[in-house]
Amino acid sequence: MSSITEPGSVGIVETKYFTFAEPPNELQLESGKKLGPITLAYEMYGEMNEDKSNCILILHALSGDAHVAGKHHPDDRKPGWWDSMVGPGKAFDTTKYCVICSNVIGGCKGSTGPSSIDPATGKPYGLRFPIVTIADMVNAQKHLIDHLGIKQLFCVVGGSMGGMQALQWAVSYPDMVKLAIPIATTARLSAQAIAFNAVGRHAIMADPNFAGGDYYGKQIPSAGLRIARMIGHITYLSDKSMHRKFGRGLQDKTAPSYDFGTEFQVESYLNYQGDEFVKRFDANSYLYITKAMDYFDLSQPSGDLKKELSRVKAAFLVISFSSDWLFPPYMSKEIVTALRRNNVDVTYTEIQSDYGHDAFLLETDTLTNLIVNFLEYADQRDNGF
Amino acid sequence: MPTSEITASKAAEIEKYTKIFDERPEFRYIVDMIKPGSRVLDLGCGEGDLLKILQLQKRARVQGIELSDQAIQACVAKGLFVYHGDLDEGLADFNDQSVDYVILTSTIQVLHRPDFLILEAARVGRECIISIPNFAYWKNRFQLMFLGQMPKTKTLPYEWYDTPNIHLTTIRDFIRFCGERGLEILEKVYLVTEHKPCKRVKCCPNLLADYAIFRLRRQTG
Repeated sequence: MSSITEPGSVGIVETKYFTFAEPPNELQLESGKKLGPITLAYEMYGEMNEDKSNCILILHALSGDAHVAGKHHPDDRKPGWWDSMVGPGKAFDTTKYCVICSNVIGGCKGSTGPSSIDPATGKPYGLRFPIVTIADMVNAQKHLIDHLGIKQLFCVVGGSMGGMQALQWAVSYPDMVKLAIPIATTARLSAQAIAFNAVGRHAIMADPNFAGGDYYGKQIPSAGLRIARMIGHITYLSDKSMHRKFGRGLQDKTAPSYDFGTEFQVESYLNYQGDEFVKRFDANSYLYITKAMDYFDLSQPSGDLKKELSRVKAAFLVISFSSDWLFPPYMSKEIVTALRRNNVDVTYTEIQSDYGHDAFLLETDTLTNLIVNFLEYADQRDNGF
Repeated sequence: MPTSEITASKAAEIEKYTKIFDERPEFRYIVDMIKPGSRVLDLGCGEGDLLKILQLQKRARVQGIELSDQAIQACVAKGLFVYHGDLDEGLADFNDQSVDYVILTSTIQVLHRPDFLILEAARVGRECIISIPNFAYWKNRFQLMFLGQMPKTKTLPYEWYDTPNIHLTTIRDFIRFCGERGLEILEKVYLVTEHKPCKRVKCCPNLLADYAIFRLRRQTG
């Protein structure tokens, strides 16, 4: 059965590419370096209205990509990463809104990143790729949005690192964002989260195949990337969800075998996640993107988050999840407090969920309910309702 | 915007929400206290019915704080701005006198530190509107005095073991509290809400009213 006939699906979609920042007009990065040319991979579903005021930009998390919904081929095993939320009649209703999702710079899903060819050498950048930040990612997306002729985004939305980009959009381009929905995110990465990222990077860089990042065309540092992903997955779940999902269940056996094989179900799960990730993700991109998250701190340069958010004009829906210990609710509250002190209209809710950080991909019904209504009322608010 | 400009759809919506007055007759008196175009913060706003009425009827710029995520979803469905928060933690996020009215309807009796929150409300709001079930209502007194049991009435419907009301007060106690804490009472409305239609009580309110609404502010000077 073709996915095009599935109700609520955007159907068969394709990734598009936009290239800009050709030398000498390279993109100025926060680090002081320049990057160009830059290609951004993006997908776009639904029709833009006449004044292009119905566009929603979805921002993806660490390992996400532009393929947010639908399928590329009818026989694809899985649809896009947020298919449950994007499509006709869904939270981001493609019969009403034009939904855009772009891959980040530094990524490995069609956008310029460390696996791209460095025009200066004719070889993949590897670690010669400049460090990029969340603000750089957003600045690159701004070029895409300008290219599409959109003056103001109706909504920017994302979970986790996608939420960071949503916040950054509202700060960097206040006049271009009408509504912002940062989910399960933070205004500054915590020491704990930096620590987990650092361990993941160490695992990759300690892999003998890493070869200083110049492993393209050779054996890839799969063991290191695999470990990094396993650590990541632990942080995305909660104690309770792990217990419920796996408990102390043994994998394909009824009695322990007293060896170092895969004994418990949770081990098998992590192995599987690690193996799958290695097939689809570039280790250098993992280094660069986690680094971008580490540097994210919206309270800089003044150190005062309220002050740094003072230019924001968007109305906000901030969402956290009770069992998310990677980006705990207090981090969302910090954002809400700073926004509120700036008299920004903001709704904040902490959703009771056992899914941990992953809840932003799983609590579909609750999120849909909140988001549909939040988007719906935006126009009424304009009319002073 | 004069009343005549209110659109038909808005009028229909107002009517839909004012039906809540049947269930919560005290809301009508609270709505009457609020000046049009004010900034209003409702602490423990529940599903946001009162805020919605104020937004529609008084063009108030409203926001609410609520603990239940289910109730917050209901508020978002009404297009309101609300945030998840625990009132027992106070209002540290809010600047002094930053809203026109802070509203606490039937809320202070469920708090761990009602005295703390009332003072916080008076700090943040230029005025506060606080409503309470009156524990000194004659039916409560009767049940304690003659039946020797914890009172159970329409305004206080719980059993002793499952009641959320841990700090019940009386009209007399509340007025005394305001005097002691430098709160000036600007308006009092005493009601019997258990009968329909809800009636105002003029005589012996502490005995004859089951519900009271106070509009107050911090004493100046």
